[in-house]
Amino acid sequence: MGSLSLRNIRKAFGAHEVLKGIDLDVTDGEFVIFVGPSGCGKSTLLRVIAGLEDATTGSIRIDGQEVATVPPAKRGIAMVFQSYALYPHLTVKDNMGLGLKQAGAPREDIERRVTKASSMLSLEPYLARRPAELSGGQRQRVAIGRAIVREPKLFLFDEPLSNLDAALRVQTRLEIAKLHRELKATMIYVTHDQVEAMTLADKIVVLSAGAIEQVGSPMELYNRPANLFVAGFIGSPQMNFIEAARLGDGGARTIGIRPEHIALSRESGEWQGKVIHVEHLGADTIVYMETEKTGLLTVRLFGEHPIAADDVVHATPDRAFLHRFDADGRAMR
Amino acid sequence: MSNKARTSPIRTGAIHFALIAYTIIALFPVFLTIVNSFKSRNAIFRSPLQLPGPESFSMIGYETVLKQGNFIGYFGNSLTVTVLSIALVLLFGAMAAFALSEYRFKGNTLMGLYLSLGIMIPIRLGTVAILQGMVATGLVNTRTALVLVYTAQGLPLAVFILSEFMRTVSDDLKNAGRIDGLSEYAIFFRLVLPLVRPAMATVAVFTMIPIWNDLWFPLILAPAEATKTVTLGSQIFIGQFVTDWNAVLSALSLAIFPVLVLYMIFSRQLIRGITSGAVK
Repeated sequence: MGSLSLRNIRKAFGAHEVLKGIDLDVTDGEFVIFVGPSGCGKSTLLRVIAGLEDATTGSIRIDGQEVATVPPAKRGIAMVFQSYALYPHLTVKDNMGLGLKQAGAPREDIERRVTKASSMLSLEPYLARRPAELSGGQRQRVAIGRAIVREPKLFLFDEPLSNLDAALRVQTRLEIAKLHRELKATMIYVTHDQVEAMTLADKIVVLSAGAIEQVGSPMELYNRPANLFVAGFIGSPQMNFIEAARLGDGGARTIGIRPEHIALSRESGEWQGKVIHVEHLGADTIVYMETEKTGLLTVRLFGEHPIAADDVVHATPDRAFLHRFDADGRAMR
Repeated sequence: MSNKARTSPIRTGAIHFALIAYTIIALFPVFLTIVNSFKSRNAIFRSPLQLPGPESFSMIGYETVLKQGNFIGYFGNSLTVTVLSIALVLLFGAMAAFALSEYRFKGNTLMGLYLSLGIMIPIRLGTVAILQGMVATGLVNTRTALVLVYTAQGLPLAVFILSEFMRTVSDDLKNAGRIDGLSEYAIFFRLVLPLVRPAMATVAVFTMIPIWNDLWFPLILAPAEATKTVTLGSQIFIGQFVTDWNAVLSALSLAIFPVLVLYMIFSRQLIRGITSGAVK
């Protein structure tokens, strides 16, 4: 009941092209996340799907039906915004029911759906309150409830967690994941936070400068990034990139190795270097070191390690996890 | 009151002194007008600063004002013209401002500049053309003429202030309305207008005062007895050789009150608008 297909979506503001031909298929029940640096066009793409912006060219089909000329309210979508965007003058209950009321649904119907959505999100005690009397987390739950009440074919989320503090963000993230399992609805979610993307998505769409870099499951993107951009964007700390020529690899231009795939030893190893800085996080120890062969290298060790700045250590990459990229930045396999 | 500890009493005192001094200076003419309006003619000239006492107290000014001419009618005219003009200025100003701030269309900036041109060019420069137009349409000596002129006079500032404010209303909120199936009119009236209420109150106050006090257009466009405004009506007491000061001061005192009431209504909106919860 909620598939989406985009064909050659282009969007230009004046001479500035924001979306440069997006093709994408989302199947029913999938949780798809658009991720990318700010200004990559991910929010614009979501707005085009919602009908809040018109695409310059291209076709948008929801459930096989062309919707390019259909107004937002009639597309069968619901959207959750970063700033919650609740109607300040309406109570929580009226906020959630307004869409149905506008569509002319019978009152018992609205009542039933609002009750169901509010019990899902444990919002019952707040139904008579106005948004100004709620905390940030509660407001975002109301905004999600407003989307659920519409029973849409597509849920659209525009950075819904960005305004919440860290603890609430994790909690709301779990809630959204639970919601997706319960509703089995198609969800499209925009974020710049790769943790959200990795933890929630069935499928991640990495965007950069208005074009899709790679589409795949979180682990596909992590294990087999298609190019330098994806390799650098997914994973934290960032993947180390080393000029292939310095390592004597003739075929490739750049070699990538993730910080967690490097072993450190005090006695011997492939690359000798000096530690510049160490971050002790308890579960992890992040070591920044400068080696003669590779330049700056980030190494992620699990657990606690008694390493300090200015120590001399030897780093050895795990050969099985080396990524090789050609002169155009594409992965070589 | 945690921030009270940070300001020194001398500083607070100085600020209060300056504000109180300003208040006294600003209110003094009003005070003088009201006090003298209750005194006999001789007392006004002999001791203008004295409060009305048993022998100097006199209501003669108010009696003259109420007996002479149709002062209740003048008040009605002033009030009708002012209230209607404010309503039209706010409605059309807000609508134009919404269009300018919300929609991308060719010539948007140019249109905005054109609409705010009126801030820089005084409308009185066009008096002759306006009079000719009113004569041609048969609107001379009607309150409609005044309402039209005042609406035109108030619009530029209203559009300018309101469009700046409307840019600050969250796009997400308007988009949420669109997804919930609200029409553009519903978005304007039900979502945007309540959020820019403080700005509307500001515009209303700025529009109201010059209209209420205006002498120029009533004198030129509507000098007939039936359409006179208070400001114009008071002029009958000011003659070239003899001025009935009692009546003038009484008329002015009376003219303060309606505008004071309107101001209080708007200023309450101003405060309520600031304190009511917005989007975030």
